[in-house]
Parts: sequence; C-alpha cells; structure tokens
Amino acid sequence: MKYLFLLYTDEDRFDDRTPEEKSKVVGAYMAYSEALKKAGVRLAGEPLSHSKAGKRVRSGSVEDGPFADGKEQLGGYFLIEAANLDDALDWAARCPAAAEGHVEVRPLWDVGG
Amino acid sequence: MTDVRIVAEETARASYGRLLAWLTARTRDVAAAEDALADAFRAALEHWPRDGAPASPEAWLLTTARRKLIDQARRSKTRVDASPALAMAAEEAEAALEDEKEFPDERLKLLFVCAHPAIDPPIRTPLMLQTVLALDAERIASAFLIAPTTMAQRLVRAKRKIRDAGIPFETPAIEEYPTRLGDVLNAIYAAFTAGWDFADGADARCPGLTREAIYLARLTTAMAPDEAEALGLVALLLHAEARRNARIVDGKYVALTDQNPALWDKDLIREAEHALAHAWSLKSVGRFQVEAAIQSAHAASRLSDHDTRDDIVLLYAQLNELAPSIGSMVGHAAALAAADRAEEGLHLLDSIEEARVVRYQAYWAVRAHILSLVGSEDAACDAYQRAIGLCEDDASREFLYAKMRALEAQH
Repeated sequence: MKYLFLLYTDEDRFDDRTPEEKSKVVGAYMAYSEALKKAGVRLAGEPLSHSKAGKRVRSGSVEDGPFADGKEQLGGYFLIEAANLDDALDWAARCPAAAEGHVEVRPLWDVGG
Repeated sequence: MTDVRIVAEETARASYGRLLAWLTARTRDVAAAEDALADAFRAALEHWPRDGAPASPEAWLLTTARRKLIDQARRSKTRVDASPALAMAAEEAEAALEDEKEFPDERLKLLFVCAHPAIDPPIRTPLMLQTVLALDAERIASAFLIAPTTMAQRLVRAKRKIRDAGIPFETPAIEEYPTRLGDVLNAIYAAFTAGWDFADGADARCPGLTREAIYLARLTTAMAPDEAEALGLVALLLHAEARRNARIVDGKYVALTDQNPALWDKDLIREAEHALAHAWSLKSVGRFQVEAAIQSAHAASRLSDHDTRDDIVLLYAQLNELAPSIGSMVGHAAALAAADRAEEGLHLLDSIEEARVVRYQAYWAVRAHILSLVGSEDAACDAYQRAIGLCEDDASREFLYAKMRALEAQH
C-alpha cells in the first residue's frame, strides 16, 4: 500500500530560527528521509518552499499565497510504501514534523490497472 | 451535584474493574457488561443528585447494571441467557456488599481472559486497559500508535471472540498456570513499553502507560502474592518509574549514567527492591526478575558507588538465554561497552541482521556509541544519523544530535 505523508508545520517559526537551529531541523529531516530509504519504504519526498510563493487557481481566478489557513501550512511530503496503516503510522510518528506540527497520513486511492 | 459526581468518579476508578470482572464472570460477555455498567454509571449521575449517594455505591451500581444485563439478555435471543444464574449470584454479591463484607475481586480472572491464548497477542494489552482500567479506545490507540477506529474495531472483535468462543472465566489449571500467568505479565509489560524503547541500552526514554502497567502488575501480585515473575515485573516497572523525574529535565533527555540520583523516587526504589528480594527468595528465575535485577544494579552503582558493570554484563547474558530479543541483545552490547569491552559489544551488534533493526532506534544509538569508543568516528556519525532519523520525539533527537556534534568536534 502506498501512503502520502503531508507535513504541516509553522513555516514562520522556521524562518525565525538561528542558522544553527535551522541546520539541526534540516538535518533531522534528512536523517528521517535516509532512514526511510534504508528501510526500503521511501518512494519520494521533497520539502516545499514557503507558502507565500504559492498560488491558488480556482474557476479562472488566481490568488497569491500565503493562504490564511491557520498557523500550520503544508511544507513538504513523503510518499512511502508500507505493509498496512499501522506500519505507515509508525513511520509517520518518526517524522520530525509530527513533533513540530502534524503529519497527515493519506492512503493513495488504488484506481487499479 | 459536584459531590455526587465525585462519588461516582471515585467509585468508577476504584470499582470499575471489579464490577466489570464480576459481571463478565457471570455472562462471559464483556461488551454487554460494559454497556450495562456504563448505563448504571449514567443512571447514578441522574439519581444520586436527587436521592443522595447510596450507602454502598458499589452495590447500587451492581444492582442497576445487573438489571440492565437481564433486560438485555431477555431482549436478545442471540445471547446466551444467563439471567437466572445472574440473578442468583447478584443477590449473593449484593447481600455481601450490604453486610460490608469483601466484594469478590475477580480481576485476576479477567486478566487471564484478556491474555487467553485464543486472543491475538497485540490486542491483549488494550483489552486489559479497557476492561480493568476503563481506558477509552482513543487513548489506548494513541499509546500504541494505532488509528482510533482500527483500535475500536479490534477491541470489539476481541470481545466478540471471548463471548462466542466461550473463553472460560476462571483461574487456569495448575499445569498451565505458569504459561498463562506469563501471558498476562507479557501483556502488562507491553503497556509499559507502549510507544517507547530503550536509549543507551539501559534506560527508558519516555514511559508509555507506565502507571497503568504498574497498577495492573500490583493487582497481579496482590492476588497471586507468591509468583516470582509477577514480583519481578513489579520491581522492574517501579525502578523505571522511580527515575521519571530524572530522565527528562527541562525537556532534555538525560542518560541513566548522567541522571541525578537525588531526583529518583527512593520510596519506589525501596518497594522495587523489596519485591525483587521476595521474588528471588521463591527460587524461580525468569526474564522479568533478571531485567529488574539489571535495573537494581544500575541503581546500586549510583546510590552506593559500587562498580556493578560486570554484574550487569552477566545479567544481560542470562537474559539473552532466558528470553532473547533484539532489545536484550542491544542492552547486552551496551553493558559490554560500559564494562570496557566495546569490541565484544560491536561483535554482538554485528551478529544481528540489519533487516531486523531498520526501525529500531536503540540499536543505532548504541551502535554509534560503541563505534565512537573503538575509534570509528565516521561510522559512528553515520549510525547517529540513522538513530536520529528513527526518533519519535525532540528530546531524544536533541540528545543524539548533541552526542554526534561532540564526536565531530573531537576530530
């Protein structure tokens, strides 16, 4: 089963960190990504740039980010292959975003073929 | 209103498990007994404020729950009709309660039912937590990192199995008693380890349901006072609990060797030592006694300045014979390293297949530590990275990160 982890964190708080703290956070994500890879479950994963660089397109209109959706914004994702939901949740709990913000775990919709 | 609520809540805490055990013993239907008891507590909150709290809240709840159960049994043809037996037994129990005699405590039997071989091992602990301690499925789910809906479904399925398979509500026969008690103790231990594992190979990081596990373990020894392993488990859990305030200080994880013993709870340590001494005197060694002895040796080395490092190595060797697991091997390796035998520790870690430790943080943390001791700094840093990638909380991430930075700074 494939699961998408959507990582939500407070991106402004990250910007306020010292360079040392920033490298620690980035290091934690890299270590996590590496652990997923070594366990053979990582299919993809990337951080996103700040939501102020984002745009929303809806029925022909375009909106500039950031979007007022609360303090935690989508800041990255991982796509993993896990045996079942229990396993996926175990991995999600180890994601640094689970301590910093939250991780939404979504099974991919199996459309078949 | 508030007073009555307090009486109801106190009764719930003190008696829930006893009432449920009693009702389940007579119906074999955990879910039905839970429903009836929940109804009885709801009725209490409605009646007591109006009529005043009854002299014996337990008897009142029992009578009410029993009536609900009999009603239910009459309405539902699919359930075994236990109503005549129930009515008779209830009268007995209620009479006993009114005479202020001991209400029969059948919680040990309930624990035996929850840990019955017919019940899947992973659901045994959640069942115990829910039936004896009235923990809700959501809280249990979080402790075990399971989706709440999944946990609720698994609990329902397990209760249905108890009813449909007619799992007997009784103390196991003497020949199977040790194995069955072992199953109960393992399930209690699983509550203790829920959500955490060992860092530094010797000490608990952040306890999962330690207090709940201690409650269940003490309950077991109260009802089976001369079971060495049950006493060993109590001793093990109390040693871990005694260090709670020393383990995380200002949000930072503190390794056992760096903890301030002044922050340890000496009463709990005394109780642990007492239980362990009693256990040893029964001359029936088992894994929990050995694990407790390891924790006891750690405590002694700090409290009385004895060098217990070689004793700890020997105890881990014994533990690996009694109950080999990745955890015990990693602990053994850490103990060897602490006793200036890092090479042997590394050798032991190398003997574990990597596929078994891809998610085991403690393995990588201990490996990193040992590699740094034998002078393989680069490999040690890689192992620290691996461990950091597997952490579940910032306190242990910080702890490992600091160790890694210290190592990098050295060369």
